[in-house]
Amino acid sequence: MSAVHDTPATGAGIDLAPGEERLDGSGVAQGVRGYLIGLVLAAVLTAASFYFCFSGLIYGPAIPAALVALAAAQMGVHLVFFLHLTTGPDNTNNALALAFGVLIVTLVIGGSLWIMAHLNHNMAPMSQLMDMQR
Amino acid sequence: MKLLGRLNWDALPLDQPIPMIASAAVAMGILAVLAWVVIRGHFPYVWREWLTSVDHKRIGVMYTLLAMVMLLRGFSDALMMRSQQALAFHSQGYLPPQHYDQVFSAHGTIMIFFVAMPFMIGLMNFVVPLQLGVRDVAFPTLNSVSFWLTATGALLVNLSLGIGEFARTGWLPYPPLSELTYSPGVGVDYYLWSVQISGVGTLLTGINFVTTILKLRAPGMGYLRMPMFCWTSLAASLLIVAAFPILTATLAMLTLDRYLGFHFFTNEAGGNMMMFMNLIWAWGHPEVYILILPAFGIFSEVVSTFSGKPLFGYRSMVIATMAICLLSFMVWLHHFFTMGAGADVNAVFGVMSMIIAVPTGVKVFNWLFTLFGGRVRFEPPLLWAIGFMITFVIGGMTGVLLAVPPADFLLHNSLFLVAHFHNVIIGGVLFGAFAGYEYWFPKAFGFRLHAGLGKAAFWCWLVGFYLAFMPLYVAGLEGMTRRMQHYDVAAWRPWLLIAAGGAAVILAGIVCQIAELWVSIMRREPLRDVTGDPWDGRSLEWSTASPPPAFNFAVMPEVRGQDAYWAVKQQARAQARPPSEPEYESIETPRNSPTGFVCAFFATVLGFALIWHIWWMAIAGLVGAWATFVAFAWRDRVENVLPAEDVARIDRRNRQARSAAPAVLAP
Amino acid sequence: MTAAHAAGSNSLASGPASKRVYVGYGFWIFILSDMVMFSAFFAAFAVLADATAGGPGGRQLFNLTNVAWETACLLLSSFACGMASIAAASRNVLWFHLAMAVTFVLGAAFLGLELKEFAGLAADGAGPQRSAFLSAFFTLVGCHGLHITAGLLWLLTMMAQVVAKGFRADILRRILCFTLFWHALDIIWVAIFTVVYLMEKIP
Repeated sequence: MSAVHDTPATGAGIDLAPGEERLDGSGVAQGVRGYLIGLVLAAVLTAASFYFCFSGLIYGPAIPAALVALAAAQMGVHLVFFLHLTTGPDNTNNALALAFGVLIVTLVIGGSLWIMAHLNHNMAPMSQLMDMQR
Repeated sequence: MKLLGRLNWDALPLDQPIPMIASAAVAMGILAVLAWVVIRGHFPYVWREWLTSVDHKRIGVMYTLLAMVMLLRGFSDALMMRSQQALAFHSQGYLPPQHYDQVFSAHGTIMIFFVAMPFMIGLMNFVVPLQLGVRDVAFPTLNSVSFWLTATGALLVNLSLGIGEFARTGWLPYPPLSELTYSPGVGVDYYLWSVQISGVGTLLTGINFVTTILKLRAPGMGYLRMPMFCWTSLAASLLIVAAFPILTATLAMLTLDRYLGFHFFTNEAGGNMMMFMNLIWAWGHPEVYILILPAFGIFSEVVSTFSGKPLFGYRSMVIATMAICLLSFMVWLHHFFTMGAGADVNAVFGVMSMIIAVPTGVKVFNWLFTLFGGRVRFEPPLLWAIGFMITFVIGGMTGVLLAVPPADFLLHNSLFLVAHFHNVIIGGVLFGAFAGYEYWFPKAFGFRLHAGLGKAAFWCWLVGFYLAFMPLYVAGLEGMTRRMQHYDVAAWRPWLLIAAGGAAVILAGIVCQIAELWVSIMRREPLRDVTGDPWDGRSLEWSTASPPPAFNFAVMPEVRGQDAYWAVKQQARAQARPPSEPEYESIETPRNSPTGFVCAFFATVLGFALIWHIWWMAIAGLVGAWATFVAFAWRDRVENVLPAEDVARIDRRNRQARSAAPAVLAP
Repeated sequence: MTAAHAAGSNSLASGPASKRVYVGYGFWIFILSDMVMFSAFFAAFAVLADATAGGPGGRQLFNLTNVAWETACLLLSSFACGMASIAAASRNVLWFHLAMAVTFVLGAAFLGLELKEFAGLAADGAGPQRSAFLSAFFTLVGCHGLHITAGLLWLLTMMAQVVAKGFRADILRRILCFTLFWHALDIIWVAIFTVVYLMEKIP
């Protein structure tokens, strides 16, 4: 058990806590710049989402796919610029955990949608079933 | 607004003798134990050393004790079901339907959530930090909270026996039966709150162990040097983290339907009850792997130790474990093939369910190859392991049979299914729990369990299990469905009578286990384990004293290979002297905390209040839980410091006892 | 003893990770479990998206201007939270409290707009009891709102703790966990406004 009073991990070859970034030297200015870039990128992507929904610039049936892609990009911006998740060796555990989470989320949502679509297709409407009970 | 919500004197089952007598007996038993503790002056000790302990070893013991006590309750339900079905041929038996429904619902709920889970988690708690060579889990106080929240869930389920009623919907409350329209009483609410509250505790345990195993290991213990039990505990903990939130969400949706009139699963306003089955089994299938993976790990440890050989095929075991972990999230539809998703979907999930049997087969072969050519010692833990291998393989094969959708259309919800899952859960999880209990008991308490009674218990359980469940396969193939309160088909009767006999043999096994514990405690001196290593073990927990000191290791061990302790021991034997004394430093241990106990108290208040619609009490419980948390967060002193001299004194005494025993140093 | 080659504390020689690393990692795992819980609510919403039981659907009910304001509030509060974590790393008490206060105000604004939306829907007879679609909508978005509420309470607690105890190591760890939580909630909001609001409103 390490002591209560410890310093944030520094030095090469040691893991970073998720959400930490390794700031060297210029510290504050560099940190603020990172968050500013993230803010601007996220704002642009968000505005694009709202805009493409209505503008007619994108082929109609492709709009949902475009929105999903923009949402994924926004999440990526958050992960990189706000949560400082990188693919460096000091972030391996954090990135792997995220990958595991993404896999589970995909299985749950994708699997459920696939299964429920088939079930709903094969099942009579509820009102008809309720009438059969009477 | 009534002061006590919908709670009134009608909640007491005064007109039903069985629950009346049972709850009176339980209440008196609890009061007797409490009275004994208080009158004999043990309460300060119990409070200081157990109730407020954040030590993983103490918490592990408490989890295991909870599991074993709840096993008695769950088994009583089983005895009632077997006797009812033996009697109820052209007859109503002695349990009216509304009572029988509660019995099988309580049986399943208790066995899964309050026996199997706590047993596995208890063993994980006790053993994993010791095997990793560290002093405790990552979040000790959170660990205590986890245990006490699980205990809260168990308490709520048991309260339903005497105050109100339990759910009649089975251990998974399918809507629309579980909706307010068809279950207006408190039964489903008891189920929902006890499972939700204990589910939070379990999720916290999962987080705790993923963090501990991935981030807190002794120096030199890379991933491929971890004992197999740690690998399987990691896989199970990852599954807990991934699956339990789905349970939380789904039960929350049902709760919202019942309490606030939402329409997730109702018959009207667009509800979709099939979605409940889909989501609950997306949790439910990983859940059974959460139960079995630690048991696999226990068997790896036991087979290796009692063959005197390292585990065969360690790497393939690791790969198989992680493959099972991943695949367990891709098979869940096999629990509802018959719900009507169609051939395409059924085929995919059927094939996946067959694929998942392959890594398990790899494991079985590795265990067999470990035994082959070893110096096998048939101590009780190994008996349970061999019993498991035969029994679990049979159960697994019937599982693969059920994975074929056309076959499942005939066998779904028949006794064949019931026999299958009891086959794998009893043969796998419960035998594994008993093996682990026998194996690590000396480590926890400093004396062995009586081997003769242990072996008797094993044989009774083995014979009893086969007598109780093999006939159910036959009855299932002959068309008997599950959960039948009475029946008229003569062909089923002989099988059910044999099954009832099997239950009686299992009862004898349980009596042997109670006797084993009693006798071992009464006659513990001849059974004492002085060396800390009664089985000639291979992993780091056997390098500590029995029981280990609070800090586990005076100095964190340096790990140089797999089977970390074995090499150290062999070297000591070769040199005919113990390893040299380490340099002692002072050790910080986490302070005990009443946070877990107090939090759980408020959780009980909250749960009870929500069940009975006592809103002011619910708010009080919520505020109390929040206040407890804030008070805990405001602590300034979090650790005690044990000075180096005290560490040295304790460790030297243990080392002396170990080297004084001749067996350890002999080749 | 600590020959630190290869990746992080998983390398053979290092031993247990530092408290800051493993506390942060544990909280990260908790956040992932929270994401799985939200995915179950998302799945339910997606399945029930058409189950309006003859009542109003998203197209009729949702006000995208409101959603745009909510999104702006939450995104800016994430930025402010980032400033707070930089301030904490620099041990600057004034900037920390300023940034946290801005985070709180923006988060509270988000919550206020959302509560106003919910109240309006309920008043129009489009409450969660109206249909399965609305049950799923209120639960998913409401669950996120509950998390925001808990986050705001936590935020105030963190400010109080910094006042009372300064930038002690355990307080810094909790600030790290809070920032993880707050950013994760914004990530979930991205999914919500895309899947729940924008998808419904596609012409």
